[in-house]
Order: sequence, then structure tokens, then C-alpha cells
Amino acid sequence: MTCVLRRRVWSLVSVILLLSLLSACSSQPATVYEGLGGEPGLAAVVDNLLERMAKDEQIVRYFQDTDIALFREGLTEHLCDVADGPCEYGGDDMKATHRGLNITQADFDRLVQLLIYAMQEEGIPIAVRNDLLKRLAPMYGDVVYQ
Amino acid sequence: MINSIVGPFIRAIFFPLFLTVACGLAHADSRIVATGGASNIEGSAGGGVVPWAVINGYGSSDEWAVTGMATGVFVDDFTLKVIGASVSYDNRVELSFARQRLKLDSLGGDLQQDIIGLKYKVAGELLYTTMPQISVGVQYKDVDDFSLPSAVGARDDSGVDYYVAATKVFFDALWGRNVLVNGTVRATKANQSGLLGFGSERNNRYRYMKEASVAVLLTDNLAVGMDYREKPDELDFAGEDDWQDFFVGWFVNKNLSVVLAYADLGSIAGFDDQKGWYLSIEGAL
Repeated sequence: MTCVLRRRVWSLVSVILLLSLLSACSSQPATVYEGLGGEPGLAAVVDNLLERMAKDEQIVRYFQDTDIALFREGLTEHLCDVADGPCEYGGDDMKATHRGLNITQADFDRLVQLLIYAMQEEGIPIAVRNDLLKRLAPMYGDVVYQ
Repeated sequence: MINSIVGPFIRAIFFPLFLTVACGLAHADSRIVATGGASNIEGSAGGGVVPWAVINGYGSSDEWAVTGMATGVFVDDFTLKVIGASVSYDNRVELSFARQRLKLDSLGGDLQQDIIGLKYKVAGELLYTTMPQISVGVQYKDVDDFSLPSAVGARDDSGVDYYVAATKVFFDALWGRNVLVNGTVRATKANQSGLLGFGSERNNRYRYMKEASVAVLLTDNLAVGMDYREKPDELDFAGEDDWQDFFVGWFVNKNLSVVLAYADLGSIAGFDDQKGWYLSIEGAL
């Protein structure tokens, strides 16, 4: 029984390896930033996201005293940096910017959901969306329950 | 009879619904679509035949979620129909109920099994942490008619499964798609998941079984993958094989999902080579 399981697992592993090799051959934009459509593409995603955040009662309450223009600038710069764009994020780290806010897992989940919706609406390809999420997801630990 | 079927189902759905409304928790679906998995045949959130570490529904921290499901498995000599419901809180704990009815198409007759499941997330977050999400669970199982299990050599008509499951989503892992990987270890005495009773005349010890699932999210709403479930083979008068299935899951939205699978369940109660279709529908609030 164990032997059968092992054989099946190995065949599964080899299929996945083969598929990864094939996927490496298909052409991709050089950076996530380019995939997002460069400066105008990223700006459209950020603006779409900000509109959604403004409409979300649970999210918007964290922004009562926030200078939105400044936040927009910081967020854009940060995403551009994370996406390997031609920017260097100079703001505070994630732990510092979220200290004392006590952002919950539900808040974080909602924000990720809004970002996905924003990217979908702006026509960002799924591979680019997933690549960006892969880079943002590890920030979870520095953002929630600070 | 009708009351005994409908009663627990109704209670399982309406009690948490009442709580949800009573607590005024408007946002109960903060998690991302598909992260609740489907309901497995035992009522726990997971793949078709494997419980995963994910918590049913789309509730995040401090949120309630409720699911209801109906599943049919149609193999050569048997038909399994399952209805189930679950309530979850805080993306942490999941209480589930499932009633299975196995129709013995070739032997004639049928038998029922009730399963009450409890799952608790102990570590990790499916999407966000390097560590996989890890949950522990129990499934209490009770078969109503012991004649067939007893005929094939089973010892008891009820039993408890214990499992540990680890599940993780890898973003941008294959063709830019997200991939979910799950591994589960189950301590069980159940023959054919309990439908053929628990333990055998010779043996009443727990066996440790390995189960695994892999799924690729082709789009945000469409997953394809496979489940594999190692099974014990303890009965004197009926061989038992590992189960596997290949599935397509369509997560229409956070309220509705449909899973279609092709399952190979091997030998069941003396009938070899049982293969066929699996269809499951889940509603979530």
C-alpha cells in the first residue's frame, strides 16, 4: 500500500517538475512592475484599490486621520519597489506603520480581497497578480495585531 | 425517521445562523474565494475524500461562517449520498455534521452513517505564513445498521478518527498559478471510512494512514487537482484499497461551489474495481 502511494507521489512530482520546466519556456514580462503596466498601470490599480477601501466600512475607519494623497504616494512607491519597478520605498517599515492599529486578520483578508478585485478590474494578468501577492503575503506578520 | 434526518441538519444550520444574526456580524466572508476548500464526504472542509487544515466557509477573525452541502458518489455497485452542514468561528474552529447513506445497488438495501466532526487550527495561515496552516481534528462516526459490516468481519459500529492536516497555498507556483498542497495523517480503525464498521475480529488497534491533495487554481474560481487517501485493509471477508480522485472545483462565488470528480475507490465489500463520478455542491454564508 505504502509502495503504491510512494509511486503515485513520485509520478505526481515528476509531472509537476515537467510542467515547471515547460512554464519556464513561456515568455513573461521582465518584471511584475511591467506586468502591472508600468507607472500608469500601477497608478490605476492603486486608485481602484483606494476607491474600494473608501467604500469598505471596516477598512475605511483606519483612515479617519490619514492624508490620503500622502498615503497614495507611499503605497504606490512601496508597490513599485516590491514589484521590482524603478523606485525605492523610503517610508517606514510595515511593522512601524501599523503599530498600535491592531489590524485584524479579517482586515488583512479584506484588503487582499480588495487588491485582487482592483487588479482584476484593471485587467492585470493572473500570473502577475499572483506574483505580486506572493511578494506581499509575507508582510502579514508585520501588519496584523501590532 | 424523517425528523431524525432533518432535525440535526436544521439545527446545524439554523442555530449558527441565529447566532450570526444575533451578534450583528454583517461581514462574515472576509476570506478570499476558494480558501474554504470544499466539504469532504465526512463533512469536514477539504478535498473530496481528504480533510484539509482549512476552516469551512469564508469567515475570518471574529467572524462566523455556515455551510451546507450535498454530495453523491456513483460507483459501479454502490451509491453514496451525503448531506452535511458546518459552522465555523474565527477561522479557527469548525464543527460539522454529515449523514451518509450508502445504497448497496447490487446487494440490495442501504446503510447510514452519521459523522460529527470538530477541527481546530493550531498554527500557520494558509496564504500568509511560511509555515503551512496546521489543524487537528476528530470525527466521531456511527453506523446505524451493523449487518453488512458484521458480515465482512468488522468489530464495532462506531469509532473515532483523529487527524492532523497541513495545508499551504504557494502563490505563482505553476504557470503563474497558485498551487494548494495538503498532507493529512489520520489515526483510524474505520473500514471504508466507517461504512463497513470499525476494527476487525482479529484487530482493534489504530492504524496511521497518509492522505494527500494537490490542486492548481487555474483561475481565481476554478481548481483542478487530485486526492489520495491511504486506507487500512483489516477485514477478513472484504479487501480494501486506497482511494483516489481527480477533481475540478468551480468556486462560483463565496456562497456557492461545485466539485466534479472521477473517483477510483478500489474494492468495496467484495466488489472490486469500484470507479465512478463524484458530484458535490456546497452553499456557504
